[in-house]
Amino acid sequence: MIPGAFEYHRPKTLVDAVTMLASLGEDARPLAGGHSLIPLMKQRLSAPSHLIDLAGIGDLRTISEENGALVLGAMVTQRALLASALVQVKAPLLIEAAQQIADPQIRALGTLGGNVANGDPGNDMPAVMMCLDASYVAQGPKGMRHIKARDFYHGAYDTALAAGEILTAIHVPIVAGQGTAYEKLKRKIGDYAVAAAAVVLTMANGKVATCSIGLTNVAPTPLWAKDAAAMLVGTTLDAGSVKKAVAAAEAITDPASDGRGPPDYRRKMAGIMLTRALARAASRAA
Amino acid sequence: MAKINVTMTVNGEEVSGLAEPRTLLVHFIRETLNLTGTHIGCETSHCGACTIDLDGVSVKSCTRFAVQAEGSHIRTIEGIAHADGTLHQLQESFRQMHGLQCGYCTPGMILRAWRLLQENPRPSEDEIRHGISGNLCRCTGYQNIVKSIQHAAAALNGETFAEAAQ
Ligand SMILES: Cc1cc2nc3c(=O)[nH]c(=O)nc-3n(C[C@H](O)[C@H](O)[C@H](O)COP(=O)(O)OP(=O)(O)OC[C@H]3O[C@@H](n4cnc5c(N)ncnc54)[C@H](O)[C@@H]3O)c2cc1C
Ligand code: FES
Ligand code: FES
Repeated sequence: MIPGAFEYHRPKTLVDAVTMLASLGEDARPLAGGHSLIPLMKQRLSAPSHLIDLAGIGDLRTISEENGALVLGAMVTQRALLASALVQVKAPLLIEAAQQIADPQIRALGTLGGNVANGDPGNDMPAVMMCLDASYVAQGPKGMRHIKARDFYHGAYDTALAAGEILTAIHVPIVAGQGTAYEKLKRKIGDYAVAAAAVVLTMANGKVATCSIGLTNVAPTPLWAKDAAAMLVGTTLDAGSVKKAVAAAEAITDPASDGRGPPDYRRKMAGIMLTRALARAASRAA
Repeated sequence: MAKINVTMTVNGEEVSGLAEPRTLLVHFIRETLNLTGTHIGCETSHCGACTIDLDGVSVKSCTRFAVQAEGSHIRTIEGIAHADGTLHQLQESFRQMHGLQCGYCTPGMILRAWRLLQENPRPSEDEIRHGISGNLCRCTGYQNIVKSIQHAAAALNGETFAEAAQ
């Protein structure tokens, strides 16, 4: 399995990379960890004529805290994310999700930027980022802009990123007292989700004060289940309220039928994952 | 497409060769450097037979272009034994504990275990199983691979591993 021929570029600065991407046009693609792009190129489902390797740009690998948000460079690998003490303390949901992505070798090279920019509904980070209300920083020929994760995903492999734009960083708001959980059903370790659910909530006096829900791999895009989450605010997460919210979340899914099961099964599994994630997130809320 | 000269350090030695940009690192290692100990199982990033050590992490060399490895430090199965030819403890433990049958997955398993024991010198059985979750074996059922790694970890820590191979 050999990919089609292409020209390889390794710019040293972001400015050079953006200029290159703009001047080489439609057939040029950024290359990050390569663990989604190279498999697609081997199958000739993707055949870019230029690859712009982002690995030479040093400042895309930093993890920091700025103005109440975690700022994660696009080229931070899943492995580096898992090793970050700052992320472990400030955003344990990212750790829980990263642990369930693929296997050690793939996590060593696969990047956060690649995971969220890829646009494959099977990727785990997009629904988590929607759940956390993260935003992405995009740098293009016309300058820099922020795009909310919740507005980023338009369809399978169709995102808000314009031609020539490179995703440089992800901003994740840090909120104290949140309980979070990511529940992922997979056929085997290292596989994409049959269905998965991310939950972020806060509790006050035994009742849900705020709630956000993200769903993975049960529609052409990751889903932010806004209405389902709103139904839980003010409840004690009693069985009746959870059941209603889960039904509302299941109703917005539109799963594909593939080796991971038929749509009805995956829709139900999304509901089960959500039920479990709600219980676990509540048990962790301060 | 024009070939590019690629230089990297493999098993402590600086080597270079010509590669098309689309040449996969595993093909470069096997066919240009003639180091055929690194195997190709699936070529789809699933099996881990092609696992090597690249700049201090285990990677699947079928999912990397050779040109991306410019300037990298790589270790393959050929660079695991000691300089005098005696086996590394992991190789010795795989031999003693029957950690291989056909041997196809073994170079990848050993390279992954080699890095795992540096990341975590005293892994639990569960940590070993998660640590090698990117490496498939079609023969052993994994029991003796896990025991081989436990055996090697114990020996490297100056301890003894009491269990026998199954
Ligand atoms: C066997 C296997 C199992 C896997 N299992 C999972 C799983 O369970 N969950 C999961 O989430 N993922 C899984 N993955 C995918 C893996 O996590 C990828 O690493 C990830 O999807 C893409 O990140 P990357 O850095 O490898 O990006 P690449 O493959 O390099 O790029 C992916 C796409 O994003 C674009 N891109 C990359 N970076 C940028 C950027 N900074 N700006 C703009 N565009 C960019 C590229 O042009 C390309 O189109 C699996 C992969 C394999 C091979
Ligand atoms: S040959 Fe590379 S993972 Fe199977
Ligand atoms: S020993 Fe045969 S595949 Fe592992």
